[in-house]
Amino acid sequence: MSLLHLAVLSPLLLAILIPFLHKYFKNIHTGWFLLPLPAVLFAYFLQFISTTSHGGTVMETVAWISSLGINFTLKVDGLGLLFALLITGIGALVVLYSIYYLNPDKEKLNTFYVYLLLFMGAMLGVVLSDNLIVLYTFWELTSFSSFLLIGYWNHRERSRYGAQKSMLITVFGGLSMLGGILMLYIITGTFSISETIQMSNEVVNHPLFTATLILFLLGAFTKSAQFPFHIWLPDAMEAPTPVSAYLHSATMVKAGIYLVARMTPVFAHSGTWVWLVAGVGVLTLFWGSFSAVKQTDLKAILAFSTVSQLGMIMSLLGAGAAALHYGTIEDGYYIVAVTAAVFHLINHATFKGSLFMVTGIIDHETGTRDIRKLGGLMNFMPITFTLAIIGTFSMAGIPPFNGFLSKEMFFTGMLRVAEMDFFNMDTWGILFPIIAWSASVFTFLYSMMYVFKTFTGKYQPEKLEKKPHEAPIGMLISPVILASLVIIFGIFPNVLSHNIISPAMGSILPSLLENGEGFDVHISHWHGPTAELFMTIGVIAFGLLLYKFMPKWAGIYSKLPSRMSFNRFYDRGLELLELTSKNITKSYMTGFIRTYLVYIFSFFILALASTLIFKNAFQLDLSDVAPIRFFEVVLVLIMAVSAITILFAKSRLTSIILLGAVGYTVALFFVLFRAPDLALTQLVIETVSVALFLLAFYHLPQIRRNEERIRFRATNALISIAVGAIVTMIALSAHSNKTFGSISEYYVENTYKKAGGENMVNVILVDFRGFDTMFEIAVLGIAALGIFAMIKLRLTRGRELDENK
Amino acid sequence: MFDAVLWISVTFISLAMIGLIYRVIKGPTVADRVVALDAIGISLVSVVALVSIVLETSAFLDIILLIGILAFIGTVAFSKFLEKGVIMEYDRNGDR
Repeated sequence: MSLLHLAVLSPLLLAILIPFLHKYFKNIHTGWFLLPLPAVLFAYFLQFISTTSHGGTVMETVAWISSLGINFTLKVDGLGLLFALLITGIGALVVLYSIYYLNPDKEKLNTFYVYLLLFMGAMLGVVLSDNLIVLYTFWELTSFSSFLLIGYWNHRERSRYGAQKSMLITVFGGLSMLGGILMLYIITGTFSISETIQMSNEVVNHPLFTATLILFLLGAFTKSAQFPFHIWLPDAMEAPTPVSAYLHSATMVKAGIYLVARMTPVFAHSGTWVWLVAGVGVLTLFWGSFSAVKQTDLKAILAFSTVSQLGMIMSLLGAGAAALHYGTIEDGYYIVAVTAAVFHLINHATFKGSLFMVTGIIDHETGTRDIRKLGGLMNFMPITFTLAIIGTFSMAGIPPFNGFLSKEMFFTGMLRVAEMDFFNMDTWGILFPIIAWSASVFTFLYSMMYVFKTFTGKYQPEKLEKKPHEAPIGMLISPVILASLVIIFGIFPNVLSHNIISPAMGSILPSLLENGEGFDVHISHWHGPTAELFMTIGVIAFGLLLYKFMPKWAGIYSKLPSRMSFNRFYDRGLELLELTSKNITKSYMTGFIRTYLVYIFSFFILALASTLIFKNAFQLDLSDVAPIRFFEVVLVLIMAVSAITILFAKSRLTSIILLGAVGYTVALFFVLFRAPDLALTQLVIETVSVALFLLAFYHLPQIRRNEERIRFRATNALISIAVGAIVTMIALSAHSNKTFGSISEYYVENTYKKAGGENMVNVILVDFRGFDTMFEIAVLGIAALGIFAMIKLRLTRGRELDENK
Repeated sequence: MFDAVLWISVTFISLAMIGLIYRVIKGPTVADRVVALDAIGISLVSVVALVSIVLETSAFLDIILLIGILAFIGTVAFSKFLEKGVIMEYDRNGDR
């Protein structure tokens, strides 16, 4: 157990302690106990920069299930470290924010922080695991802890709905990913990601490749809220705002991005990957930004914005994967997309985190998040306003904030996709920059809506629950830190490039690097009057126009999206699923035993008849049958006539008598075939059961006494005839297929010699195979006790068991 | 020769049993059927006895006795059922 393992598991260990700390230190907000942990972890992970910035990695292994190749292997490389820093850094800020956000008197803080710590540990595990099964384990733990956090206010119906929805979708993706992992294991024979990357050539040429790729992408797309699985994210906004800020903007939704980036070296040599990742990403980008404009809830705007930005990162990763097509660093034409992806990943975490916290402040101080009720808050909340300006302008891609830089690089990446002349990109590739550009216009639009509809315009005090005022200082610390980062990364982007971005890219595109080499990342504000610049100018100009004339064209939203809503599809699908399964179950579970017997016998017929036919099993060999005597024919006739007459008997008494006749005839057969013990037993048992039938007959309820003939049903007749025929056929075949002789010779020889008895049947029953007899005795004992209990024990509902009554 | 005679006897008794079975099936009253069943029991006794001779064994003598007892018990049970509607009476002391 290394220090690294301890670091990953420490949130989970602390989670055990939280309930005790909450219980015994009631005066202190539980969050304070939590705060040092992510901060210390952040500092701890910062140390690794010196290793990873030179392309080095740290790997630590603890054996878990070594026999199956599953070891708790942790690996710190550029990509994992970037995510670990995001998780711990923003984790610390979110914990600080939540201390001021959550009221210790009203909320159950112990459960909240336990869930949050579970999530933090799980997320660290996801990004640092080198073993796919361990990664999957942590992956599902993030799904579960996210489920718990979304449903934190479990008395609300919407929270439960959102939690269930996110659970169903992300777990569906998680299970698909597990399928992908197992297929990858079939191909490579290892669960280690590092070793899998070494074998990427074998993976690409394997017949299972496409299926594996799609299953992995299903996992990534559901987790990262990509089209059309984005629907869970807006409903996850029912969670407390710190959770939304942490999980649903900065960390968990980026797990899918992480997975795509991590698996890029394995899968990205194929055009399928480039097309799927880039295509779905761009589609998500557009759909998310388009849908965000119509939202009226601040958190819903941010949710769709997150969806859209995640789509943007995803499309950049897809486009950047094209760089692997050439396989050298010299032709670095497409690598810029990966740089943009990593850079925007950081940028998005900073500005989206701060924007969520800003939303939380607004909600906290005014009592609403509805932009139709808000307005003119600028004078009441100047600091919050400043923070919102920084966040939204960065989101919209306006200089000098960091969003501008990544947006410019995004356009560069998309333009280069359009120029690709491989993977069939030359046909539809031109759509990428067009969709990207129009999506950016909508991004600009909702960003402006967010800030200006909330903070400027008319102040409407009558619609607000409280008199708004500036937030307490503690609540502002975290968003201020994040907003300062937005500005710092915006003005000095190259502080990141060498230490963080370059090693992360090295993990995404390792095959392009020689030993010890690194990507030379340089992000500049001004790179001449390029197409990208004019695109940005166009976005701003067109966005301003649209914002200005919004009331005139906003009508299209009321028509279009309601018809094209995936939520309706999901809800209706879930409803239909329940309805259909209910109907299907209802249709065959009728509650009548006769129906189930029909199923059982039909299956019996189908299974055995098909075996007889397809295995060519039916044989008839009459070479060793005994001669049939007249007397036997007569007996069979008696038995058959009695048995058939039972079916047509008019009264139950007749049936019972006939059944007795059949039983006695069987006894006669036993006599004829020299089985005196069987005959004795059969006679006694037959008599007793006839007597029992008479007993049961007497107790039949009055109504049913009007004795009716059994109604004829064609199905039943057919099934019973078929069962009889098949059993006969099997008996004949079994007789004809005898492969070896009986072992009865042994008993004949040894009954007297070894067991000291002359009656062979009895010696077998109590000596050679006495074990069976013991349990037959047990069966009879149980039956007797059961009958006694059923007759004597008559409990009705609500009556206690009392022996004396 | 002796064997043939025995088999002929068995056959005739079997035919008699078919006749009795006809009575069991046809009725018309339950009493007819019960008597027929009783007669079948006795026929069984003779069949078993004859078969024992054919097979040259004394293993089935128990069965002959048993059938005699059972046929009696069975007929009595049926008769009591027809007469009183129950086979065993519970109310010896007036309560159940």
